[in-house]
Amino acid sequence: MLRIRLHGRGGHGMKTASRVLGRALFLEGYQVQDAPRYGAERRGAPIFAYVRADRKPILERGVIREPDLVVVADDSLVQVPAAGVRLGLDAHAVLLIDSHEAASVWQERLALAGPVFTTDSSAVLGRAAPATDSGTPGTNPETAVGEDPYLASSHAVGAAAALLGAIPRATLEAALRTELSELGRSRTARALAAALAGYDTFQDRAGTVEPRRVWTPGELSPPDWISLPFETADVSAPTIHGGATSVKVRTGLWRTLRPVIDHEACHRCHWMCAFPCPDGAMFVDSEGYPQIDLDHCKGCMICVAQCPFHVIEAIPERAASALGDDSPAPARKPS
Amino acid sequence: MSAQLLTGNNAAAWGARLSDVEYIPAFPITPQTEIIENLAAWVDADELAAKLTTFESEHSMVTAAGAAAATGVRVFTATSSQGLLYAMEMIYTVAGWRVPLVMVNVSRGVSAPITLEPDHCDVLAARDSGFLQLHAATCQEVLDLTLIAFRVAEDARVRLPVIVNQDGFYLSFTREPVRIPDAEAARKFVGPFDPRSLRFHAQQPMSHAVAVLGGSAYSYFRYEAHMAVNNGLAAFQDACSRFGQCFGREYSVCEAYRLDGAEIAFVMLGSFATKAKAVVDELRRAGQRVGLLRPRVLRPFPEELMQRALAGMQAVIVVDQNLSMGKGGVLHTELASALYALPQRPVLLSFVGGLGGRDITEAEFVEMVHEARRTVARGTPPPPRLLYTEGELRELRKLQAIAAVQHEQHPEQERPDGD
Ligand code: SF4
Ligand code: SF4
Repeated sequence: MLRIRLHGRGGHGMKTASRVLGRALFLEGYQVQDAPRYGAERRGAPIFAYVRADRKPILERGVIREPDLVVVADDSLVQVPAAGVRLGLDAHAVLLIDSHEAASVWQERLALAGPVFTTDSSAVLGRAAPATDSGTPGTNPETAVGEDPYLASSHAVGAAAALLGAIPRATLEAALRTELSELGRSRTARALAAALAGYDTFQDRAGTVEPRRVWTPGELSPPDWISLPFETADVSAPTIHGGATSVKVRTGLWRTLRPVIDHEACHRCHWMCAFPCPDGAMFVDSEGYPQIDLDHCKGCMICVAQCPFHVIEAIPERAASALGDDSPAPARKPS
Repeated sequence: MSAQLLTGNNAAAWGARLSDVEYIPAFPITPQTEIIENLAAWVDADELAAKLTTFESEHSMVTAAGAAAATGVRVFTATSSQGLLYAMEMIYTVAGWRVPLVMVNVSRGVSAPITLEPDHCDVLAARDSGFLQLHAATCQEVLDLTLIAFRVAEDARVRLPVIVNQDGFYLSFTREPVRIPDAEAARKFVGPFDPRSLRFHAQQPMSHAVAVLGGSAYSYFRYEAHMAVNNGLAAFQDACSRFGQCFGREYSVCEAYRLDGAEIAFVMLGSFATKAKAVVDELRRAGQRVGLLRPRVLRPFPEELMQRALAGMQAVIVVDQNLSMGKGGVLHTELASALYALPQRPVLLSFVGGLGGRDITEAEFVEMVHEARRTVARGTPPPPRLLYTEGELRELRKLQAIAAVQHEQHPEQERPDGD
């Protein structure tokens, strides 16, 4: 059985990516299972999806702990523990990660024994220019940034399909066309081009990903089961004791777009932008300027749309952190 | 027809569509909503000649479902978790009306705390209501059991509502190859709804269950319904043999997987059972005589069939993906009562696992078999066990630290689990 796990963020198209691979393998005569896994989070939160493919009906279900291939469409996820990227990355598993960094860097950073490949999608595909013809800048963050999140995942899917060695180019194309049929012609065409570019880059690596040897009952280490200790409701009720504990969860890691305020041009009408922030991630400093708590701003871009003077800009998070303008986030909103 | 990739939710919607449902009362809830979305899109595109109405709650939705069924139209609806619990008053009531309808429940653990992922505590809360319960383990079964459920519900021996249960995420959002039956063949199989005495005619008014009754009359109606639920077994078997003739897929009340010559059997419900089947395959390959029994029908409880299938086993491992607080696993309890009648009873082990979708690993299934062998040697079963590891408790402690739980102020009273 082939086991593939794909990591991305909500909105990156990872569910679709798993479906493209699932569909392609299905078209090649495999039995297939593909599924997304997510919680109550929204856009930008880490999600993953998985694909199993076998020549016989698949009985195994649920999260893949022992993958043959792990695809990561956003390298900033590696450091997010909740994303679980590292799970099962042993000497057998192949890691395919979309990153500017070289494969050897990731191999070393994560102390990986298995093969690592990188797809540098933004270098290969070119960073799309901000759309200037789609109305007022900043009113539509999706087009203002001009980066189609499906491109990186499509590129990774193409590369993954090549590494699997089980999917001919034409099958990949057919699978993409079926699964992206709702995207519209031009987005589908761009995604397809991205996927095929990924495929062509890795075609000479076809078959790098191989199924694992079937486990035998004797080689499994027994689970470290415990008997739950009884604890009083003071401890064991699902209660959050006190306020503001959520500040400890750095939801800022979910952000794919960063709002950046041009304080020079800001009119200090902070009720317009800071109050509507759904995450309470904006506060007003002593001089009346809005400030953003980047540890907790999820990048929803509501403030960008709210600002009547268009002085909040949306910058792709990757670009923002690469520029090194990661100004230390204010510790906490003063109450 | 060749197989297509469908999620469990797509499969449920196809089941309703191919059954020519006429009325679909709806209310969204994760992970069920996709069923309603699929059906709504078909109604919109005139591909399904049904009326779909959205309600303000599941309570009203089930009321409408029962009321519509009482007028003699074919009704399908779907819910999950808190939605099912919210509808519970009417779940009991419409079953008491003795109206046939099919409801898909997409299992999701119940609050509090909140989870999106599956266990069977939601559907088991409806266990005693008079709804029959069918449990699917694959997306194909979700579709097929929905067709079968209409025949069972509308069977004159039964005339009761039926729940078809599928697990959230593990089926609802998972695509697998599913064969969609030919529409004509499905129409033939399910057949037209013969409402018999149910009708909606202004000149021939009828009222359902309006009188306030004393215990004697009340007992009659309740016990009649109970007997009708029990008739569901024969109705299900008949529907399955017809289904096999029509579509070539054979279903039985209980799936017996590699039970021939088995010494140890797993007993499980729903999609997690296929995980156990994969482990059974590997254990068999290693020469261990292990099998699995999975009831597709939980209400009526297939007591005799399970007795027969498990007689002669050394040990039976019940993995309950549910928890009756203050008692333990529901399937374990029910199986214990069923096996009590056997002169030679297998030892029964109780594991509770998969709550809120918590995964059950291969190593855990294998360990359960080891535990079963130790039990056979010892003669007495171990206390019930929650599948929970030290690593998980460590993760939980981190969450508690974030939630500012004060461990030291409230010294733990250590007490072993299961005492
Ligand atoms: S709405 Fe715009 S101009 Fe007004 S305070 Fe906010 S950022 Fe400044
Ligand atoms: S409103 Fe602005 S500051 Fe608040 S979360 Fe959204 S993007 Fe971040």
